[in-house]
Amino acid sequence: MLLATGLCLTGLMTASASLAETDYTKSREKLIRSIEQDVRETASFIGTGKLDERVMQTMLKVPRHEFVPGLLRGLAYKNQPLPIGHGQTISQPYIVALMSSLLSVKPTDRALEIGTGSGYQAAILAELAGQVFTIEIIDELAKQASFVLDKQGYKNIKKRIGDGYYGWQAHAPFDVIVVTAAAGHIPPPLIRQLKPGGRMVIPVGSRFMVQQLVLVEKDNNGKVSTRQILPVKFVPLTGKHD
Amino acid sequence: MNIITQNESPPWFSIAVLSMSALAYEILLMRLFSIIQWHHFAYMIISLALLGYGASGTFLSLFRNYLLPRYPRVYLINIILFGFSSLLCYLISQQIRFNAEEIFWDAGQPLRLMAVYILLSLPFFFVATAIGLSFIRYQNDISRIYAADLLGAGSGSILVIALLFSVLPDDTLRYIFALAMLAAMLACWELYRADLYRSRLRLLFVMLFVLLLTMLIVFILPKSWTELQLSPYKGLSQTLRVTGARVVSEHSSPLGLISVVENPVIPFRHAPGLSLNATDEPPEQVGVFIDGDAMTAITHYDGDRQTLAYLDQLSSSLPYHLSTIKDVLILGAGGGADVLQAKYHKVQHISSVELDKQIIKLIRTEYKNFSGRIYNDNVNVYAEEARGFVVGDEKNYDLIQLVLTDSFGAASAGLYALSESYLYTVEALQEYLARLKPGGYLAISRWIKLPPRDTLKLFATAIDALRNNESHQIAQQLVLIRSLQTSTLLIKNTSFTAHELLSLNRFVNERSFDVAYYPGMKIDEANRYNIISSPLFYSGAMSLLGDKRNDFMQRYKFNIEPATDDKPYFFNYFKWRVLPEILALKGRGGVSLLESGYLILATTLLQSFFLSFIIIILPLMFFKRSKIRSSNKVINVRAFIYFLAIGLAFIFIEIAFIQKFIRFLHHPILSIAVVLASFLIFSGLGSLRSRRFVHLKQYDTGVKLSVLIIVVTGMGYTAFLGTAFTYLIGLPVILKVVLSIVLIAPLAYCMGMLFPIGMSRLSAISPELVPWVWGVNGCASVLGAILSTLLAIHFGFTFVIFFALALYTLAVVSSAGWLCDG
Repeated sequence: MLLATGLCLTGLMTASASLAETDYTKSREKLIRSIEQDVRETASFIGTGKLDERVMQTMLKVPRHEFVPGLLRGLAYKNQPLPIGHGQTISQPYIVALMSSLLSVKPTDRALEIGTGSGYQAAILAELAGQVFTIEIIDELAKQASFVLDKQGYKNIKKRIGDGYYGWQAHAPFDVIVVTAAAGHIPPPLIRQLKPGGRMVIPVGSRFMVQQLVLVEKDNNGKVSTRQILPVKFVPLTGKHD
Repeated sequence: MNIITQNESPPWFSIAVLSMSALAYEILLMRLFSIIQWHHFAYMIISLALLGYGASGTFLSLFRNYLLPRYPRVYLINIILFGFSSLLCYLISQQIRFNAEEIFWDAGQPLRLMAVYILLSLPFFFVATAIGLSFIRYQNDISRIYAADLLGAGSGSILVIALLFSVLPDDTLRYIFALAMLAAMLACWELYRADLYRSRLRLLFVMLFVLLLTMLIVFILPKSWTELQLSPYKGLSQTLRVTGARVVSEHSSPLGLISVVENPVIPFRHAPGLSLNATDEPPEQVGVFIDGDAMTAITHYDGDRQTLAYLDQLSSSLPYHLSTIKDVLILGAGGGADVLQAKYHKVQHISSVELDKQIIKLIRTEYKNFSGRIYNDNVNVYAEEARGFVVGDEKNYDLIQLVLTDSFGAASAGLYALSESYLYTVEALQEYLARLKPGGYLAISRWIKLPPRDTLKLFATAIDALRNNESHQIAQQLVLIRSLQTSTLLIKNTSFTAHELLSLNRFVNERSFDVAYYPGMKIDEANRYNIISSPLFYSGAMSLLGDKRNDFMQRYKFNIEPATDDKPYFFNYFKWRVLPEILALKGRGGVSLLESGYLILATTLLQSFFLSFIIIILPLMFFKRSKIRSSNKVINVRAFIYFLAIGLAFIFIEIAFIQKFIRFLHHPILSIAVVLASFLIFSGLGSLRSRRFVHLKQYDTGVKLSVLIIVVTGMGYTAFLGTAFTYLIGLPVILKVVLSIVLIAPLAYCMGMLFPIGMSRLSAISPELVPWVWGVNGCASVLGAILSTLLAIHFGFTFVIFFALALYTLAVVSSAGWLCDG
């Protein structure tokens, strides 16, 4: 019984994988509407009711299904995180859109990404920025992401396998930085490699449930501050009391 | 059909050894699943698996007539099946890729979870079938069978703890298999002696030989077969994927599996809450993982103080900047970062307390030179439980540091909700404050969670502790700061001085930390560097200090009421009324706000209720169809209530007493070993004693007398145990252990009588109900274990004890009409 159910599920997933490209485009459009809906509902926490239009256009363009494992392609345009193996996930599209929007990326920007993961965020950044530098610490993931990014034809992404703690000094400073995992602290070298006026985003929480985003801003005088954004509509904490 | 020869006695020894291995297996599974998954999932999986006991009751009810004439074969086969399934079901379940975190996203996860349940309930099903069938066959010897069962289980609890100290958890599995084979060999011998296999001497020897061989073969199985397959989402799994990372050693104890990880290519850099302005980075570190998560780091120290400068950039270094610290006590020292922090600040006398001896040993031996001999020179190191040490210690300190030990990931996912912690209770804080010198500080650091939870809960706890100490200037005695990811709370027995507050402001401004509260703070000073939507920490702290504090706590969306020794669930922040709101946000990240640990406990309870209902109702339907004569409805209902009540009450009291005695014996493992073994062994002796009531047919007298003693003793203990412990806490450990056993003995002795008296009576008047109530009792134990935790979270352990006493009284009421004398 259990085995039969499992087989049915697998069958459904494989069938979804063979969706035509037009179906994927429709799915992406639907996803964008879902993201827009989430943005409207969380407007008071993220500080805006509408994300950067360039970001939304990019989300509409980048084929997320190429960055998820074959069996999960049918779920690629659901607004949810998905496992990509090696204990890692591809983030929820809403979070990717929000992070990219918070970074206010300009076409001339140099962007650094710590933790390539599936490569999806790097692809989004590559559409928005001039040059993207991405570092992944897990060999297998780095190779897989590199393969997909090359297949998608991204020429403005430089990839490296290695330790992201020290950033990429040879190409520093960066206008924007995305750090996908920072459990205890923000590495001082990354703060140093952020340009004055630059922005860094770090998602904080467990892999499947991003709890908050940290936006690190370095002003023109080099002074650093952080802003924590809770992208979830969950207030007021104490009802009328506040 | 149930013909027993005159000299035939039940197979005591094999029952005892079987129970021993079953209980050891149950505890071991908890350990194994805590390592490969997380503690609360271990709890969920094992609870459900234990329903195998209940299911066997149903199975025996339905197939009693077929199984009973084949008793010797069925009994032996079930023991052997237990042995094999204990190993195989675990190995297969490891191959099922269940990920707890995906359960809200992936419809396939519940199916995988169900597969794990089914697999792991099999071994318990076989054990319960073997013992349950023995109850049915030897209806006149129920007391002694139950005694063998309990005495075996009691020994099993001690055995598994001893094993976990000496071998790795995955190897312990082999010993349990071997023990099951030993039970099978004993069974062969006992069945032969009881005339059941008398004519087959050759067969006996063949079987003994094969079983012996099997028992030995398990030890030469490849190590890779039993190797633990950790969830890929645990900290250790993630770390090992990084180039260069490798486990260099593993050390086991019942407290946890310690894995030491080195990475010469990409070193660890553990510095929780490092300032945004920090320019110094941590030197080389070695990661120490407990149960594959909760990392602490051993930091390389070559005597050059400057390499430790990063430690001055953590929020926990605040007290060193407020006044001169000469004596510091570090509680939960782990890898020793806080000891190094004290060294960096040139503290003369450092005392360090760490519960896990193995971590101390690591730093003193393998990493002696690497760590700069921190635990060898001028640091007093104590391998003790923190509160036990504080109570027994007579020294006073300038600073007591309570170290941030839990991992960020687990803390942020609410995974500790079910873990009792006596470190963060009101009473604990009072004890720490009592050990401070005048003007000294108690410093406690926590991870920042948003919206604020534990930081505010800790603040509320500190207020209650100061209030209990009859402080009149509470608002003057607290300081709370936060970095991006950590908060540090300082508590004093006296008011903070103007000079200290000046130093505080300098400290936070230099490091871009935020002040969340200090005496005289203005709202515009809050939320400057690490900006959140509104100054929630400041407003929370102010509300907690104000007149409407209770009102604030009640309306706050998380449970931030202070934890106490009676309700030691500091990490539980869940509130039921918020659940609909969070679930409505499921697709939008709202699930992250769920304190998953609590909810999983509640789900486990629901599942158990559902399965128990099926297990209990199924045989009743069978009785109805087969029109079994004595299935008298009144007896059915009363017997059901009786066995459910005593099953629930037994486990309630056992669990509550383990918690009560942790405060007395100080060490959780010692408490579990002493209390669990005492309860099981003395209940076993009580069961033996119950034969007297059964032989004299004084069922009613036996039950009433036992319950009377239980209720009186239970109430007496609830009233006086706390006070008695306060006076006796200074006794040597061995005396405290003896005293604990003496205290538990009378209670457990009487508790052990109720089941066999009830069963014996039932087997005389409604024998077909015996397997059914065996199943009911099994279900009650499972439900009881989950319910007691839920009740303790909400009402405290004292309530759990009273509830148990009420259940025992209910058992007396429900015994009317069928458990009568004569």
